[in-house]
Amino acid sequence: MAMLEVTGLGISFGGLRAVDDLSMKIEKGGLVGLIGPNGAGKTTAFNMLTGVYRPTDGGIRLDGENLVGKKPYEINRMGVARTFQNIRLFPKLSVLDNVKAGLNNQVTYSLAESMLHLGSYRRKEKEMDEKALDILKVFELDQDADTTLASNLPYGKQRKLEIARALATNPKLLLLDEPAAGMNPNETEELMATIRLVREKYGVTILLIEHDMKLVQGICEYLYVLNFGKLLAEGTPKEVLNNPVVVKAYLGE
Amino acid sequence: MKSIKTLFAGKKRDTVISFGIVILAFIIVQIMVATGNISSSLKGQLVPICAYVVMAVSLNFTVGILGELSLGHAGFMSVGAFAGIVATTSLADTIPFAPLRLAIAMVIGGICAAIAGVIIGIPVLRLKGDYLAIVTLAFGEIIKNIVNVLYIGQDGKGLHFSLLEQGFELEEGGKMIINGPMGVSGVAKISTFTSGVVLILITLFIILNLINSRTGRAVMAVRDNRIAAESIGIPVTRCRLLAFVISAAFAGMAGTLYAMNYSTVTATKFDFNTSILVLVFVVLGGLGNIWGSIIAAALLTILPELLRAMNDYRMLIYAILLIAMMIFNNSGIKTRLLEKRAAKKAQKAETAGKEGA
Repeated sequence: MAMLEVTGLGISFGGLRAVDDLSMKIEKGGLVGLIGPNGAGKTTAFNMLTGVYRPTDGGIRLDGENLVGKKPYEINRMGVARTFQNIRLFPKLSVLDNVKAGLNNQVTYSLAESMLHLGSYRRKEKEMDEKALDILKVFELDQDADTTLASNLPYGKQRKLEIARALATNPKLLLLDEPAAGMNPNETEELMATIRLVREKYGVTILLIEHDMKLVQGICEYLYVLNFGKLLAEGTPKEVLNNPVVVKAYLGE
Repeated sequence: MKSIKTLFAGKKRDTVISFGIVILAFIIVQIMVATGNISSSLKGQLVPICAYVVMAVSLNFTVGILGELSLGHAGFMSVGAFAGIVATTSLADTIPFAPLRLAIAMVIGGICAAIAGVIIGIPVLRLKGDYLAIVTLAFGEIIKNIVNVLYIGQDGKGLHFSLLEQGFELEEGGKMIINGPMGVSGVAKISTFTSGVVLILITLFIILNLINSRTGRAVMAVRDNRIAAESIGIPVTRCRLLAFVISAAFAGMAGTLYAMNYSTVTATKFDFNTSILVLVFVVLGGLGNIWGSIIAAALLTILPELLRAMNDYRMLIYAILLIAMMIFNNSGIKTRLLEKRAAKKAQKAETAGKEGA
């Protein structure tokens, strides 16, 4: 059985059919791309997968469990983490605290322990620090992680920090929304290596939205193409990018 | 692990400064009282100052840490004040030891304010920004008006309670505790400066601990980006309600402390002006800056008393000082000072790093 099974997913905003009859199957450990021209409904699909929008029809199952109708934080606890197209960090928290916020449900202690700093507070906080620094090391963000505010990081590093924070929630499935947006070719190259490393090290399944074809061809094993909310094509990157229908959707007649 | 140590030091410094200010102020005032160098009007302000400091710290938790503007904080102070009065009056015979009675009254005042916080928080926290601020303002007024028509009396049979008009007759020997718009009179004044300082220290301890914990981090994450916080598994609504209720509970305790300093208390004492006054302390002290709130609350409460010598001009000077502080807070001077300090720190860290290597 596939890890993520999406069947006939659709959503309407008033009269607009943003996504229609989208079906996907992603196997455990896969690295899959979701591509399509601007406005095709890719981010809307992500928002439905993570519970931000409630689909008007269709079903989403993660390891056989239904995700439709669940709240975003419940879906995260079930093992889905994501990043955002327009970066959404916690700007006034330090780099380290951003990741520690992601560990909120991984390392827990009670409200009373929070208030009084008694019991397991010190031990658990230390455990959080260590775990967070381990993750930050993978992204080479561990230098001055405690004294740098997230908003003071350069753009490329902010993108990485968002992935680090998502990984801190210990997800089975990681959704990346345009991870390479705004990056130069060198940074994109570096990002591809990081994504590969993350998949190996943390054993997560990855679904990503991306416009950078170099990245998509370089790391994705399977692609889904959306156009005007409908699934246009699917297959290996080679098949899909040579498919005349896909080329037409991107470049026009 | 060096970096983590410095982080701990930074957070510790804020805590040390906050506690240091309070304890130092306590010692100075005690010396002044002992040597008789304190004016009677200032002496009368000591307990209110403590109550306002607690109010400012608790409102700073809502505005600075939770990130929501509340304009009805005096409402929770009011709930705590009158709950505390009912508690101390009805416990007067069972617990003759005043400090213990005050402590129990504060806990009851805090719990009642927390319950009011839950009742108000559930509808209010569905809103955000300006809308939330306006609705909290309305709730503050609602609480004031409810207390204004509240009648509570005590006699041999226990507590009696009615709204709008006195709907009960008291037995011989019974007495009214809250008498509608006339409020409360003849309460034993059991608040002391020491009890006020103890309450401040407890408030600081819990609020600062919370900020540096898992719960505080979740609340600040929600403040910074609600959608992102929800995406990493933080239950946003519950988190916001929790912060709001904790803040309300401390406001309630401050209310009990405040009320026990006067023999007459009416509901109109805790009106919109009080809410705004506390908000002024928080904004001038700096959002999210706990020790800033303490200093602002203390200074701005003492100031009108100190300026009494200038009589006619004192409110004018008070207003000018407020404006000057606001301009300073937003001016380039402050930013430049902060930048200079940061640069010095960076230089220090660099030389220390070189020495280490």
